[in-house]
Amino acid sequence: MNPAAAGRTSTGWGLVLPAGLWLAAFFAAPMALMLAVSLWSREKGQLVQSWDLDNYHRFFEKSYFLQGLINSLEITAAVTLISILLAYPLAWIIAERVPKRFQRLALILAILPFWTSYVVRSYSWLLVLGKAGVVNQFLLGLGLIAEPLDVAGTRGATIIGFVHFFVMLLTLTIYANLVQLPPNYRRAAADLGASRFQTFRHVILPLTLPGIMVGAFLTFVLCIGDYITPQILGGNNELVLPQVIMLQIGRRADFPMAAAIALILMAVVTLAYLATARWLRLERA
Amino acid sequence: MTAAISLQSITMRFGSFTALKEVSLEIAAGEYAVLLGPSGCGKSTLLSVLGGFLTPTSGRVFLGGEEVTETTAARRATTTVFQDYALFPHMTLLDNVAFGLRMRGVAKRSRLARADDMLALVGLPGEGEKRPHELSGGQRQRVALARALAVEPEALLLDEPLGALDLKLRRQMQDELKAIQARIGTTFIHVTHDQEEAMAIADSIIVMNQGAIEDRGAPARIYSDPATLFTAGFMGEVNLIEGQGRGREVETAVGSFPLPAEGPVVLAVRPEHLSQIGETSLCEARVADTAFFGTYVRAHLQVGPESLFAHLPAETPVTKGMTLGLAVDLDKVKIFPRSDGSM
Amino acid sequence: MRWASWIYLAAAYVFIFLPVVVLLIFSFQDGRLPIPPFKGATFRWYGEIFADQRLMSALANSLLVALFSSAVSVVLGFLAAFGLARYWLPGTALLRGLLTAPLTVSYLIIGLGLLTLFNEIGVPRSLLTVGIGHVVINLPLCFAIIYASMGEHQRSAERAARDLGATTLQTLWLVTAPMLLPSILAAFFLSLTLSWDEFIIAFLLARFDVTLPVEIWNMLRSGLNPKTNAIGSLVFLFSVILVLMLETLLLRRRK
Repeated sequence: MNPAAAGRTSTGWGLVLPAGLWLAAFFAAPMALMLAVSLWSREKGQLVQSWDLDNYHRFFEKSYFLQGLINSLEITAAVTLISILLAYPLAWIIAERVPKRFQRLALILAILPFWTSYVVRSYSWLLVLGKAGVVNQFLLGLGLIAEPLDVAGTRGATIIGFVHFFVMLLTLTIYANLVQLPPNYRRAAADLGASRFQTFRHVILPLTLPGIMVGAFLTFVLCIGDYITPQILGGNNELVLPQVIMLQIGRRADFPMAAAIALILMAVVTLAYLATARWLRLERA
Repeated sequence: MTAAISLQSITMRFGSFTALKEVSLEIAAGEYAVLLGPSGCGKSTLLSVLGGFLTPTSGRVFLGGEEVTETTAARRATTTVFQDYALFPHMTLLDNVAFGLRMRGVAKRSRLARADDMLALVGLPGEGEKRPHELSGGQRQRVALARALAVEPEALLLDEPLGALDLKLRRQMQDELKAIQARIGTTFIHVTHDQEEAMAIADSIIVMNQGAIEDRGAPARIYSDPATLFTAGFMGEVNLIEGQGRGREVETAVGSFPLPAEGPVVLAVRPEHLSQIGETSLCEARVADTAFFGTYVRAHLQVGPESLFAHLPAETPVTKGMTLGLAVDLDKVKIFPRSDGSM
Repeated sequence: MRWASWIYLAAAYVFIFLPVVVLLIFSFQDGRLPIPPFKGATFRWYGEIFADQRLMSALANSLLVALFSSAVSVVLGFLAAFGLARYWLPGTALLRGLLTAPLTVSYLIIGLGLLTLFNEIGVPRSLLTVGIGHVVINLPLCFAIIYASMGEHQRSAERAARDLGATTLQTLWLVTAPMLLPSILAAFFLSLTLSWDEFIIAFLLARFDVTLPVEIWNMLRSGLNPKTNAIGSLVFLFSVILVLMLETLLLRRRK
């Protein structure tokens, strides 16, 4: 920040204002409006400005809504954990075992499917996991199962679909983290007598932990707010919160309820953010 | 614990590039040896070979009489102080210094006590609970030193340890390093490109250039009686004068030197040895420029096509444009054979 | 133990590529359903895509929205980054917070908010509203990327330009922007890929003219079809080419 340019604050404002106004109008205002709408209700097809917490009460009373939240939390937690456990070794192998000149290629290959359209990617898991899909036909053909497995349309399929996406994302972030560790840390540890495992346990793992936490948070936020994958792969027995929200909008046009649930979702994400930020700050101390 | 080091015919090749060309070296136990040379001369590569981070393409390494050529860094009884210190940022100073001991299975209490002692030795008593990021560059360097010494290595390797410090701090650390080495008695091998630093610290300097050793010896000897032209030019300022040896004297553009030589040669004379009074008189020189350096006046002299530098006593009345009579003592002049055209 | 690493790597790649390979192979399926057994190869489905008016216009719509929203995002983000980095403004921290806040909010919620807003003020849903939504999600990214790369380097050059008589606008156009070109281009391409693939906001805020992801979603409603595979494969190829372009652009800059 250059205070010497203070005399020209008007120019500064002029530069920042377009972006600021856009976001004020199309982000801040909608958020505020949603907050207001969440306090209204829908009666006989009309929006009534009732200004009460009815929607929030209903959320926590009706098991239908609460279950949506629980499903979201359970699935997201599982996805985050599994994705990290699968991605870290992959990132580590690419960073440590693959010869330097092939690392870029190996990494690009590992994240290439990232660039299929998200919708298409989830759809293709349907092809793989469906009753007549690749996995079932493969297992049937090998004689390992007698009847096709009912994987698509279950929580398992949703989790697999999510893990597929987030393993790629996390491999990228964890790899970037591993690679920017100064090589001398490893040399110093080895020099002082540490075996490869000890170097990993005492030096590399602790130093990459903050990066993992950030990746985990990112996974959590993206996963819990996703409508597409659960809708395509999850079937209609178990719904997650985004699906519940979309149902309120679509069939019933119950915007107040949708807004309330959306804000509850935001609150959950904010809690996760605060927890992660606090953990990171503690780590730094 | 300390040991002598022996390197026998070490060659290090990286693809088509040869970093070290059959380097052989003996370092006595307890010696403070300095590997000195310009960037790319191979000194850091040699240090890496000593430390076990590189296996030489050919040749053998001996530590205390035992061959360690194939031993990895983790198993070798050497430790290294890295140029960027490489302190573990997520550990306290105590844990950093105690790390090597922990790797050897030393119990917590005794290794933390020893770490405490080491921190006191390097001048940071009681600071153990701090983290590296809270320290200045000079302090981090001391911690790196403490960490490397905590495991009582047979030889300590230092890779340009003072490069990141400012001048005053560097001078101070040079004294401290020397003092610590004298106290502990471990063989120190210190890599630097700064020849003043080398002269200040070393028991013995090894001058390197392009993967080979140019000269080796005590600082005073290397400075006043360099074995090669490169060494003469690297160890401080020197005047290099082309000449033709004619048996009992050498003819140059600045005058005749009654020294025995044959064929094309280069004469090396240090600026402080050129003055107005001396054994041999040379041609008169015109003063092109002067600069005051406190303890001496640096005079830029022109003798025909030759450009010379002389360090004259501070009170000498020299001004730009004057002519000066030049003389030199013959025992201060070194003769080197001249390879065609190049100097 | 080394071989364990290679086995893991291979298994990981199989897992990662499985759906994509299935997608690609069965886009050539000579049969009604894109599932095993593979009955033979045909380009029929690709042909049907190009003949499908709805699909083609959805593709055009996607490009339109992506280019427009990315351009707006980059320009606004660049100006804002320059303004905040070079001028002392009261409440800088607050402004920076506002400019990056949307990054932390789920797209679904942003879309819902905009839908609510447009409903309230009576703006009909269209590609324009989708574009507006995409700017909301891309502007913070562009701002963050460009802001992060404004350093001393550019500042000195700008001072030199001003010293030689350039106005703010001239400095921006002739000095700052060219120097920041790598970041600006990176931000632009990132916005393009995000907008191109974005579903939920496009779904909520469009009505008759839709973008490609939404049209593909509609196709899914009618069950499994190799045609879906075909368009999916095309989208994949296009995205990969875009990314390769970005890679070579950055690589050439670095050299």
